[in-house]
Amino acid sequence: MLYVVIIYLWTSILLYLLLGGADFGAGIIELFTSKANKMQTRKTLYEAIGPIWEANHMWLIIAIVILFVGFPVIYSTMSVYLHIPLTIMLLGIIARGTAFTFRHYDAVQDDMQNIYNPIFAYSSFVTPFFLGIIAGSAVSGHIDLKADNFLDAYIFSWLHWFSVSVGLFTVAICGFLAAVFLIGETDNDHDRLRFIKKAKAFNIAAVICGSLVFVSSLIEGIPLIDWVFGNVVGIIAISAATLSLALLWYLMYKGQANILRILAGFQVTMILLTTTYRHYPNIVILKNGGYLSLIEHSGHEKTIEALAMALLIGSIFILPALFYLIYSFQKKKVDFATD
Amino acid sequence: MDNFLAARSQMALSLGFHIIFSCIGMVMPFFMAVAHYYYLRTDKIVYKNVTKAWSKGVAIFFATGAVSGTVLSFELGLLWPKFMEHAGPIFGMPFSLEGTAFFIEAIALGFFLYGWDRFNKWFHWFTGVIVGVSGLASGILVVAANAWMNSPAGFDFVDGQYINVDPIKAMFNKAWFSQSLHMSLAAFAATGFAVAGVHALMIIRRQNVYFHTKSFTIAAIFGCVAAVLQPLSGDISAKDVAKRQPAKLAAMEAHFFTEKSAGLVIGGIPDPENKKVDYGIKIPGLLSFMAHGDFSSEVTGLDKFPEKDQPPVPITHYAFQIMVGLGMAMMAISFLYFLALWKKKNWLQSDWLLKLFVAATPLGFIAVEAGWTVTEVGRQPWIIYNVMRTADAVTPMPGIGYSFYMFTLMYFSLAAIVIFMLYRQIKMVPKLYDLPEKAQK
Repeated sequence: MLYVVIIYLWTSILLYLLLGGADFGAGIIELFTSKANKMQTRKTLYEAIGPIWEANHMWLIIAIVILFVGFPVIYSTMSVYLHIPLTIMLLGIIARGTAFTFRHYDAVQDDMQNIYNPIFAYSSFVTPFFLGIIAGSAVSGHIDLKADNFLDAYIFSWLHWFSVSVGLFTVAICGFLAAVFLIGETDNDHDRLRFIKKAKAFNIAAVICGSLVFVSSLIEGIPLIDWVFGNVVGIIAISAATLSLALLWYLMYKGQANILRILAGFQVTMILLTTTYRHYPNIVILKNGGYLSLIEHSGHEKTIEALAMALLIGSIFILPALFYLIYSFQKKKVDFATD
Repeated sequence: MDNFLAARSQMALSLGFHIIFSCIGMVMPFFMAVAHYYYLRTDKIVYKNVTKAWSKGVAIFFATGAVSGTVLSFELGLLWPKFMEHAGPIFGMPFSLEGTAFFIEAIALGFFLYGWDRFNKWFHWFTGVIVGVSGLASGILVVAANAWMNSPAGFDFVDGQYINVDPIKAMFNKAWFSQSLHMSLAAFAATGFAVAGVHALMIIRRQNVYFHTKSFTIAAIFGCVAAVLQPLSGDISAKDVAKRQPAKLAAMEAHFFTEKSAGLVIGGIPDPENKKVDYGIKIPGLLSFMAHGDFSSEVTGLDKFPEKDQPPVPITHYAFQIMVGLGMAMMAISFLYFLALWKKKNWLQSDWLLKLFVAATPLGFIAVEAGWTVTEVGRQPWIIYNVMRTADAVTPMPGIGYSFYMFTLMYFSLAAIVIFMLYRQIKMVPKLYDLPEKAQK
């Protein structure tokens, strides 16, 4: 049963990265869109993510609940030592979610939009940036349970080159996912070309930030290169991602929106797989070689069993409904287009 | 700011904020479903307008409730890591089920808000009902988790170790039913009165009277039924608290000394140093009756607990008085309204009844906050009753004061924006739903 829970945890993180990530990315794209195109971008992304954005962010809740029910020591350690980035991320989540809803549901469309819009766009950037920092810090070996001063315990646990690079990399990936997703959401060539351009730009940004992650891992002495290239799974996954990326660039102008989405999603899945596979089951790596493991630091047996049952039963309700939601609104869009 | 005080203040602020939004988010869908049902059955366009107007409010409240709820799932660990390290695996069951319910709510809301004219109309209506049902289920589950803190179950605490953990038993702890029932009714009463009050004001101002009357009636009936049932649920809760948490009951009633035929103190200023209540009205024997159903029974006082295990008396007592007082006022208004519906139809046309509802707009939510204060402050100094002290659970990180200030700023600005937006929604009713009254019928 423990493995069922671990698979759910990993899948929730992946889905949050893909769906929530594309959602954040939509805001990031808005941030990097010229004034002339902003209105059109807003409209497209509202139509694209409006009905599903709340659901996209539920994966974070699922992941965090799995963590605190099933792996309480891991949850409480991260809560203590990564308190500051977690708090900033939370403020980002509040600002973003409310600004997105407010700007659409405000009965009067006036100057207030000039408050909602930048809040939405900037918090769309800040939130995944800090999510990346948190993820990077967890495996960076900077969390020091024996730290005896404020800076070492609560600041340098997360503020270092590696985590900042992972943060930027996460932002670039979100922008990339969103741009690829939005290519299929437009109804005219002008916008389609705009999003293709954005997808390429964010792809290049992701490659640059990814290199930064490697460079900073060398500076910080984190064995990232070994995690990625030191095992068969890592090498296969990275090669598959690179090949599929070439295919993605080739297909970008061919108009197969769904294939593009699958390819982009596949690449991000491979990246998450590579970076988590080698040090599994350790998901938090502490200073001086300690670690927190999903196997050794799991909760009581009965709790894990009950949690696994709750997740399995929950899926029976959630997954069909979620697929039908996504399917309905995708299908309706096609219907509108052909009308 | 003292770290422990800051952590408690931040938690209180976050929950106090979240509770309002989640109540509205879980109750309004039921109002909507009724209005929507009337529209589908009668084809009267006014009901469609009411449903749509309300659904905009729901979208705003749901989004705010969802993000503040997400924040809470992290804050539990950020502020109380020691608590979550031990409690998480024990009382986590309702949270994992709540995750499912909440997810379904978000999916159903997507269907409902964006589904007008896109789906079979009854399927569309049904998704709205699902929003309400799953929202209510979420509320019940979260309160069950809180109930566990008041009535820990499903584990053995031996030599500082938590063993023989049984999450199912923990979920069905002794307090889950009475607390969930009380909170659910409170949510319906508070939301019903708040919504009815706003529409009543617009009727008094003679603006879009037909639209606002339909809205008022639905909200008022929900609110009044809940307000009449609430004292019964309160009685169940009181007896339950008397049995499980006598210290809390004693603090609620500022009942300093154990005695038989204990009197009920109404109002008054508790003086914990001299262990007496000034200016209160005492009704002999009533506390014994409320706590144990017998006028002569003995009610445990605070003297039975060492000082370090006693909750703060004045706050708990005042909060309890406010909650009960407002609950009684809402019940009285409800009886008047039912009388009007049943026998005195002409009252419905008169302004005085509507003015009462306008005055009662915030009462339910003040009562909700007060009741929340009673249950949380009344449990102190424990975070897990009789097992773990709140002070031992707090995060070791210093400087929580700054985090508290930031969250305060954030939540107050959000509250201000939401109120501002609701004001705009209401102001736009004539424009958005500007139809001659005949056409609406």
